[in-house]
Amino acid sequence: MDALTTDDEDRPAAEAAGLAAAEAAGLAARDSYGRLLALLAASTGDIAAAEDALADAFERALRTWPERGTPANPDAWLLTVARNRLRDQWKSASAQRTVPLDNRQDSLTHTDDLDVDALPDRRLELMLVCAHPAIDPAAHTPLMLSTVLGFTAEQIGRAFSVPTATMATRLVRSKKRIKAARIPFRIPGADELPARMASVLEAVYGAYVIDWATTGPQARHLPPSEALHLAEVLTRCAPADPEAHGLAALVQLSASRAPARQDADGRFVPLADQDPSRWDADLIDRAHGHLRAAHARGRLGRFQLEAAIQAVHCARRRGGPTDWPTLLGLHRALHAIAPSLGSGVALAAVIAEVEGPAAGLAALNALLEEAGQRGRRFQPARATRAHLLARLGRTEEAVAAYDSALDLTHDRAERQYLQHRRDGVRRARGEARTG
Amino acid sequence: MRYALLMNYREPGEGEISEEAIAEAMAAFGAYGRALAAAGVLVSGDVLQPTAATTTVTCREGGLRVQDGPFAETKEALAGIFVLDVADLDAAIGWAEKCPGAQWGVIEVRPSATALVNGEWTR
Repeated sequence: MDALTTDDEDRPAAEAAGLAAAEAAGLAARDSYGRLLALLAASTGDIAAAEDALADAFERALRTWPERGTPANPDAWLLTVARNRLRDQWKSASAQRTVPLDNRQDSLTHTDDLDVDALPDRRLELMLVCAHPAIDPAAHTPLMLSTVLGFTAEQIGRAFSVPTATMATRLVRSKKRIKAARIPFRIPGADELPARMASVLEAVYGAYVIDWATTGPQARHLPPSEALHLAEVLTRCAPADPEAHGLAALVQLSASRAPARQDADGRFVPLADQDPSRWDADLIDRAHGHLRAAHARGRLGRFQLEAAIQAVHCARRRGGPTDWPTLLGLHRALHAIAPSLGSGVALAAVIAEVEGPAAGLAALNALLEEAGQRGRRFQPARATRAHLLARLGRTEEAVAAYDSALDLTHDRAERQYLQHRRDGVRRARGEARTG
Repeated sequence: MRYALLMNYREPGEGEISEEAIAEAMAAFGAYGRALAAAGVLVSGDVLQPTAATTTVTCREGGLRVQDGPFAETKEALAGIFVLDVADLDAAIGWAEKCPGAQWGVIEVRPSATALVNGEWTR
């Protein structure tokens, strides 16, 4: 009995260690995959051929390594085999004979002399290609997950709630387009780079959230570590870009609170009521590292501001109340440099905390008047309006506003939460009448 | 207000979509259906058989004309109908945005003019 108990107590720790090791191994494999694919595809722009060659190399590794042992430099081995495979394709009758061989990159090299780490990391070029303006924006994130991290169409389809076949078609079409239109694997000049990096950042952000026009951003059904990984890869490929660090910090800080977002019964827990001890301390620390790296560059941007906002909320972990005045400054700056419905609604909510619910409601009404149709169809605006009306004691209007928010709320846990709040307002109204 | 979400998309050929893709789409529609039901807005939902199984009925030119096949040959065909009872068009658009069919087709959101409820025409 004792042994059993000990065993049971040890299991979670051992499992966690095993999972961490498996995750680390998985991430390392994905890291190699993206680096090798970027190198193989960069010279020709033919991602599909590079994928096939790399798949062949991996398959040959699975066959030969168990017998002959793992080579000293597995990545170099894979790269050499894949390059030879690509060359075979070029030489074959079916291949176009007009493609010149790049002798510098394709000469037969003894694999142990080939130092993959010394080769340029061309994943940033690959990411820039995936998020190129000539590619359908809806394909940017799926392409990155496919090429940089090596996810299958099935895994990506699941994350985007699209059947595998539909996602596979979308990926194949985009890859063909990259080759046919000759989208170059290069870092654009300084005049073009900021706009191109913005699409890359947007696509990486897209791996973490899905931005519904009606209900705002919601987490994707991807294992969070993998969206986090894409953000980390970007910071390594573009270490000088403060927004890349800001984005990594933002994704990590939002992910750190995931365990506290639902209670034991699956009910939605709003940020203010979350138990900070359930937040992931390790992720929060990593995010702060990225925020420091971003800050050192001295160029503010949307993702850094969003991350800073998250960081102020996460500071509650160290005890003490939320620093609303600081949050107000950050939200004002964010809404000024990257105005959106979401940033405007969030700003109104923070104004309510600092200057009172009446000021918050005034800001929200002004925003909605300006936004017109789109604003009326935005669930976070309706929910915030309901909360503010409730706080102002305008109970009739609050109940109606909660109902209107519920009309646009599709998430079950959040529906229950809004119903609960609405019923609370209703009860208070009833008591006020009888009392 | 009742709205019909009319899913239109290109009809796949026989065996064009794999069993796995069908299973995935069914899972997506399953989750969508549960969300609609949980929100209390679902009146009915039908995914239709291909247009090959369609019969068109008209008396427009006097007398009954029963025609084999759909009303109009188009690339995209009506593939399914969800009837929802929601507050307004904004709510209906919100649900249409999340309909799995929107991922590979077009959803037409059409308000109901009148509906049969328990055998009675209602507004």
